[in-house]
Amino acid sequence: MTLHPTDRAIVEATQAGLPLVPAPFEAVADTLGITETELLDRLDRLKKQGIIRRIGAAPNHYKLGLVSNGMTVWDVENAVVDQLGEKVGALPYVTHSYRRPRALPEWPYNLFAMVHGQNRDEVLEKQKEIAAILGTACRANDILYSTRILKKTGLRLRRKDG
Amino acid sequence: MTSNLTQLDRDLINRLQEDLPLTNRPFAEIGAEFGISEDEVIERVKQLKEDGILTRFGPFFDAKELGGAFCLCAIAVPEERFETVLTQVNAHAEVAHNYERTHRLNMWFVLATESEAGIAETAETIERETGLKVLLFPKEREFFIGFKVAA
Repeated sequence: MTLHPTDRAIVEATQAGLPLVPAPFEAVADTLGITETELLDRLDRLKKQGIIRRIGAAPNHYKLGLVSNGMTVWDVENAVVDQLGEKVGALPYVTHSYRRPRALPEWPYNLFAMVHGQNRDEVLEKQKEIAAILGTACRANDILYSTRILKKTGLRLRRKDG
Repeated sequence: MTSNLTQLDRDLINRLQEDLPLTNRPFAEIGAEFGISEDEVIERVKQLKEDGILTRFGPFFDAKELGGAFCLCAIAVPEERFETVLTQVNAHAEVAHNYERTHRLNMWFVLATESEAGIAETAETIERETGLKVLLFPKEREFFIGFKVAA
């Protein structure tokens, strides 16, 4: 899909964050040379289109004391994976949850749920809670801990003119 | 650490993960919800950012909707070749994140490319360079609610 040039300019101007001033949208509109009304209309449309998921804050889980994260993975019956996935995604300690294709024979799991806790015991407790929710629809599961960040670069929209 | 956060901080962190109102004075509206001033909201958000508790404040774009393709990938890397393979994999600009994980599939990374075709091309290139199979786990559906700090 192609973004309108003004929308693209909005993405570029805000992807690093909004200014923390009383009228942040007005400030962004000023730098873009558009009215605040136009900016708010465009942001609203981008949200309705799903291009903007939300406008808010991202917490640092490590700073919040949640130092252990486990990628729990589950082999859930296809017929019920979406319905159960919604329940798992709604759990307060699950930050991301996705349905993904299996890669048989190496990988039988089709539901991924990232679980955060203060330590591995807590993560294991949460894993048990998820297992209880999935019940007999789940045939197998595993948990993968991250032991090292090997690379991390944020999403950056490439500049069209650069 | 969570223990140093006031109740108001916790409430704000939870509230700020939800949508900011699309109005001229959004922080004033949030302040009104908590019975604090606009300035106090802004000061606290600044402080939480400065302390690294909030990493970012602003719009979150769906990268896929912006055009481009994303895919979680995994490789089972033999332990003795790990660093060599890591260098080969990370050399690709398309590799956005890469984590070592506790599993036979011990290298998990996200490919970000301009087009869907770019995912397969990059994965094939990595397979050719490393001689290892790259498993692709594209997102088929997302179940996402958010993250709450225990109040």
